[in-house]
Parts: sequence; structure tokens; C-alpha cells
Amino acid sequence: MSKNTVSDRFRKVDVDEYDENKFVDEEDGGENQGGPDEAEVDGLLRQGNMNGALHAVLKNPPINTKNQNAKERAELLVVKVLSSFKSSDIEKAMGSLDKAGVDLLMKYIYRGFEKPSDNSSAVLLQWHEKALAVGGVGSIVRVLTARKTV
Amino acid sequence: MAYHSFLLEPISCHAWNKDRSQIALCPNNHEVHIYKKDGTKWTKIHELKEHNGQVTGIDWATDSNRIVTCGADRNAYVWTLKEGTWKPTLVILRINRAARCVKWSPKENKFAVGSGSRLISICYFEQENDWWVCKHIKKPIRSTILSLDWHPNNVLLAAGSCDFKCRVFSAYIKEVEEKPGPTPWGSKMPFGELLFESGGGGGWVHSVCFSHSGNRLAWTSHDSTVSVAEGGKTGMLTSLSSETLPLLCVTFITENSLVAAGHDCYPVLFVYDGAKGGLTFGGKLDVPKQAAQKGISARERFQNLDRRASESQSTDKDLNTLHKNSISQISVLEGGRNQCTKFCTTGMDGGMGVWDVKTLESAMKNLKIV
Repeated sequence: MSKNTVSDRFRKVDVDEYDENKFVDEEDGGENQGGPDEAEVDGLLRQGNMNGALHAVLKNPPINTKNQNAKERAELLVVKVLSSFKSSDIEKAMGSLDKAGVDLLMKYIYRGFEKPSDNSSAVLLQWHEKALAVGGVGSIVRVLTARKTV
Repeated sequence: MAYHSFLLEPISCHAWNKDRSQIALCPNNHEVHIYKKDGTKWTKIHELKEHNGQVTGIDWATDSNRIVTCGADRNAYVWTLKEGTWKPTLVILRINRAARCVKWSPKENKFAVGSGSRLISICYFEQENDWWVCKHIKKPIRSTILSLDWHPNNVLLAAGSCDFKCRVFSAYIKEVEEKPGPTPWGSKMPFGELLFESGGGGGWVHSVCFSHSGNRLAWTSHDSTVSVAEGGKTGMLTSLSSETLPLLCVTFITENSLVAAGHDCYPVLFVYDGAKGGLTFGGKLDVPKQAAQKGISARERFQNLDRRASESQSTDKDLNTLHKNSISQISVLEGGRNQCTKFCTTGMDGGMGVWDVKTLESAMKNLKIV
């Protein structure tokens, strides 16, 4: 058998990095987006103000930041708030959100599907059904086409 | 509303002649077929075979009776009718990727071709050398151009691209025209000048359309949004996130109303309020066929159980729209873009639907076309 005497490290080069026509997304300053305020949300949950907690947790989404920790913290917080709702209250809460809020909630719901924990999938599916009724397929398309995810 | 099924394959693109008696369409292959209207029937009268790749765009210059086609083989041909047959002339586009869309300018002295090479080729006829020459608009386009539309002043060109932006360029060619006067979009218009660029984010821009006056520009994007921008008012960019699947084509039917259609297989009306700068959903423009709901016989019940594991006759998944697959192109037939009375849609189901605006207005009770 012939022996390979020349190095084959070239096969492991990522050619796309050197493509001068490579499409790079525009950078928007995302350093200040730390995600929703944990203290505020926890406070509202303890008070039993579910709708308020929902609105608070949807504020300040870490969309532009590259900080993965911020995104994870935000996601866990959102799942916590969503799980603490009673099934019958979900629809009313959906009604209080505006279009942008519904789109943002959809993004969080799909993010939550990615990392399922004990009961999260069931809760998220309930929320997904109600959000779909309000936002339509369009809101799901916006989750799929979004360049900057939550 | 009339519907004619031309083929079983998708219609890639279509174009009408001046009196709307003939339609040129591409049956999803390398050819262009021209059909002539015979009462209610359509007969094929010409087959234009020259392209080596799928024909991606057709435009018919109604006044000078020339057809321009562009294809995935990186070529464009201008066809002229000589002695009853269409003769092609090759246009060198100097692109190294497929051409995606083509449009004659309003005065028909030049045409624009959008391609996957991330540039727009503006082609005009050079008398001395008796051939078509092209100039390129490259900056700052970063991806494939999916759609083009000319402004009525024959100079400005809107382009929708896969880099998520809709732009307005100047395509002023000094060899064929005079310097244009100022417009709401800008006054200095050298060739290739960028006069407007929409914000990033969102999805690929599938379709762009200028209004009849040219002061408004609408585009649809893959993130299920429709947007309208007004020339001169840089802050005025209104977007509507729709609840439907992405829309693939859009056209103005009056100065304030848009009709768009896409993957949901039915046309949709949008109304733009210039004063408040708001875009609202006007209504779904398909009239569903009246489902004949007689009682279901016992035999049918069991048949349905057998076939679908449910007893009901039709499910929500059945399409009760005119088109049975996505609508990919929409064109105005009568009335122009300010007083449209008829428009036509073609789609992936190989069918063509002709829609009458008056009939739609009376059929849908809450529909008001302003």
C-alpha cells in the first residue's frame, strides 16, 4: 500500500471562513441586553400577579447579545412563569399581549422545546396552541426566519 | 372569477400581450409556450425554444411587442415577431449564476435582469453595434436578487433580494434617455446610486411593486410580512406581520390597496393609509365554494371511517381555494395599478386564475377597495 507522505491537514480547513463573499449579519449593539429582570419577575410571581409576571418576563429580550448565559437565564425564567399559569388563564393572558409580544412568546416557546425538562413540554404545548390561535402560522414563520433568536 | 388549468406542472412565470389575448408562460422547463385565447379555450400557438436551463423570468413589452426571457442558463434573449415566428437575440449578461427575474422598463428601451450573481444587469440596445449591452449594479447587494420593479419615470428600479433588504437604485443610462427630474425618492440619480434601503432582519424579499404614481413601494418578505415605504418620508416604513404563510407576489390595485398572494394559495387584500401610515389586512379574496352539505349516508360514513379514521366528509386540510398550490406570480390585466379591475394569478398547480375586482367586492360583504 502506498503511504501518504504529504500532510492532509488541508482537508480540515473551513473553506467558508475564507470566502470573501460570505454573508455576515450586521452587528447590532447587544451588550446592554441582560434579559428580563429576575427580581421583578419573582416578585410578581410571589404576589400572584400572573399577567404582570408574563409582561415583565417578556421585556428586554436578549435578542442581540452574544452572551449565551443571558439567553439561557432568560429562557429558564420564561418557562418558570409559563409553568405557573393555570390552564384556564392562558387564553386571557394571550389576549393581553400585542403582536410583537405574541411573536416574542413564540420564540421563547420554541427555544423551550429545544431543552425539555420534567413538565416543560406539556406546558409549552398548551401555550403553543393558544399562541397559534392568536398569532397564526405567520408567527411560527417568523420564529423560523428570525436571524437574531432569543 | 375564471380558472384555467394549463398544465400539471408549476407555471414558472408568465407575461401577457397588449390586448390580453395571448399569454406567454414557462411550463417549468427550458421552453416558453405562447397560448392564444379562443373564446373560453386556450390554444398553444408558439413554442420558444432557445434556453438551456429553466426559464425563470418572462416579460412582454406591450407597445413594441417584444418578449424578453431570462433563464437558469445565465442568458437572456429578446424575442421579436418576424413573419409569424418569434426570433431570439442573445443578450450577454456577463453573470456567472442563474438569472432570476427580468422586467422591461416602462418606455421599453431597456430591461433589468436580477440574478444569483448578486448583481442587477441593466441592458439597453446599442444602435452602432446592433446588439444589446449591459451595465451592472453591484454595490451593496449581498445576495441573489429575487424580484424587480421599475418606477414610472423609467429610471428608478426597486430590487428585492435574499439579503433581507428591499432597495431602490437608479438605472439611468445616458445613452438612451434624458436626465430625469427629481422624485420623492431623491434628486441626484447617477447610475447605480442607492436611493432607498429597507432595514435588515426579516426574511428574503420575494416581491416588490411600485404604486402607479411611483411614490409608494410595497414588498413582501419571507417572514410573513408586507411592508410599504413612501418616497421622501424616510421614517415612514410600515410593516404588517400577517398571520398567513409567506406571500410570494404583490401588486398595487389602487394607490391605497395591495393584493398579495403566496403559499396560502389565495390572494389577500391589504389597505394602506397614507395619512396615518398604517397597513391593515383587508380580507381574504377567495370565495369558497358552497359545500353541498346534504346528510351523509351510512355507507359514506363507513367509507370515511375506513379511509380517514373519521366520520366527517371533509377536514380542514382540504383546500377550498381556487388555486390548489402556492401562487407564485400576480399580474394586473385591466385598469393599471391605480384602477385595477382585473388581475391574474399563476401558481405551482399549473393553473391561471383571472379575478374580477368588482365581483370580489360584491361577494365579500366587508370588502372595501379604497
